[in-house]
Amino acid sequence: MSDNQSLKTTGAPSLEELRAASMLTTLADLEEKACLCIECVEEIPCNPCETSCPQNALTVGSPITNLPVIDREKCILCGLCIPACPGLAITIKSVDGDMARIRFPWEYLPLPVKGQKVEMVDRQGQVVCPGVVIAAINPARNNRTAVVTAEFSKEFVENVISIRRNHEIL
Amino acid sequence: METERKPAIVVGAGPAGLCAAIELKKAGAPVILMDENSKPGGQLFKQIHKFFGSREHKAGTRGFEIGKELLTESLNLGIDVRLKTEVVGIESGLKVWAVENRNRSYTIEASKLILATGATENALSFPGWTLPGVMTAGCAQTLINVHRVLPGKRVLMIGSGNVGVIVAYQLMQAGAEVVAVVEALPKLGGYGVHTAKVARAGVPFRCATTILRAEGKESVERAIIAKIDSRFQPIPGTEETLEVDTICLAVGLTPSIELACIAGCKEIYIPELGGNMPGHDRYMRSSDESIYVVGDIAGVEEASTAMEEGRLAGIHAAYAMGYLDEATMKARTEETVQRLSSLRQGVFGQKRFAAKQRILEKGAAQ
Repeated sequence: MSDNQSLKTTGAPSLEELRAASMLTTLADLEEKACLCIECVEEIPCNPCETSCPQNALTVGSPITNLPVIDREKCILCGLCIPACPGLAITIKSVDGDMARIRFPWEYLPLPVKGQKVEMVDRQGQVVCPGVVIAAINPARNNRTAVVTAEFSKEFVENVISIRRNHEIL
Repeated sequence: METERKPAIVVGAGPAGLCAAIELKKAGAPVILMDENSKPGGQLFKQIHKFFGSREHKAGTRGFEIGKELLTESLNLGIDVRLKTEVVGIESGLKVWAVENRNRSYTIEASKLILATGATENALSFPGWTLPGVMTAGCAQTLINVHRVLPGKRVLMIGSGNVGVIVAYQLMQAGAEVVAVVEALPKLGGYGVHTAKVARAGVPFRCATTILRAEGKESVERAIIAKIDSRFQPIPGTEETLEVDTICLAVGLTPSIELACIAGCKEIYIPELGGNMPGHDRYMRSSDESIYVVGDIAGVEEASTAMEEGRLAGIHAAYAMGYLDEATMKARTEETVQRLSSLRQGVFGQKRFAAKQRILEKGAAQ
């Protein structure tokens, strides 16, 4: 396991660190099929992803500090684990033609709305490309963690993690 | 079974104290829970994020909801909760001296005492640190999450432990901008998933960096930060000015041990868990076996570990008062120890686990 230099100095993992933890989803993977992506590279005592999964496709097991393992045969991409993860570390990515989509957790106001033009950001919060919101849901079971889907050009899919927060100060 | 009629008194109604009182009451023991604040829950009601852990630790539940659950449970059990009640002294014979509403003083004799007094945030002094706008991270968290007041618009966070990064995130949720998170050590302290969600919001993290001074006429207008060398000395020429109106200090916590000291509990020094603290055994008994210490006073950790420590003390005190038989006490203690151990695993937990082991060794040797 790498020493997670980027994670422990810049706050976010680099693509190399994610690759070393087998947690990087590449464009090639996504050309094949849509993927659940978990960026959880540190051993912390946490398993709500496992208990939230109705398909038993996510395993943390014992000890509870194990990193989660995805069974891609069982995962049906329902996305219930996205708001369940206290670390907001789970997304679902897919590619169709020239476009990519990401479903990600969102806990800021205002909640993005369908059709809204947004800026897609990388793990350091840098804007990488424009995007558009396809859906934004916040059902009661999510306990206030909304799940947003946005679409953008697929060449940026490995770097994109979220959308830019509205920085207009209240 | 001979049972004790004098009550167990729990001081501090945070997660540890609430859980201790709940265990005692469930066993049928008389218990009084005292807290100086007007509301119970300790710091839980400020915690709007989803907790880690497993289902038994209420993982995925937001902290304030855990607070509500514990409160409901304590109300349903009919626990005697005395709010705005400050415990100011402990005399020999476990006489607890309490001041109610700052105007009525009384003493009450306890059969067992459980100290769950928590911890106090550390300050950091630098030129300008007394300017309005400099505050602890916990203070900012109370302002935004309890009183719904945004302390400032542009914030500098000092310290990258979980408190620093969680409060930085919550300040952004409340509408502020976090200009930077600085950390004196060469590596960030908090969980990677916490730093990652702050980083993706565009907040820069600066390691091996400190604050030199805060400047402003009547309140904070800017902060001057600089890189530091391996001996924590500022490196000339690396100064940088950040336009901020708020500086939050998240530089650790110190156990609030005053009452334990008054009561004569033997102190030990465990720097990783906050410094001086009363030692304890595996049942959370201090050097005085009638006095238990639980939660941050027994080594600064987190709410989830505090709750389990509270349960340990509550279970044992109920047994010692004659309300639980030995077999039940041992079985319940074992279950609780297992849950507690699972929270002290992994890269972050190991250090705390080792430090807590040292407390037990020192505690046992008393």
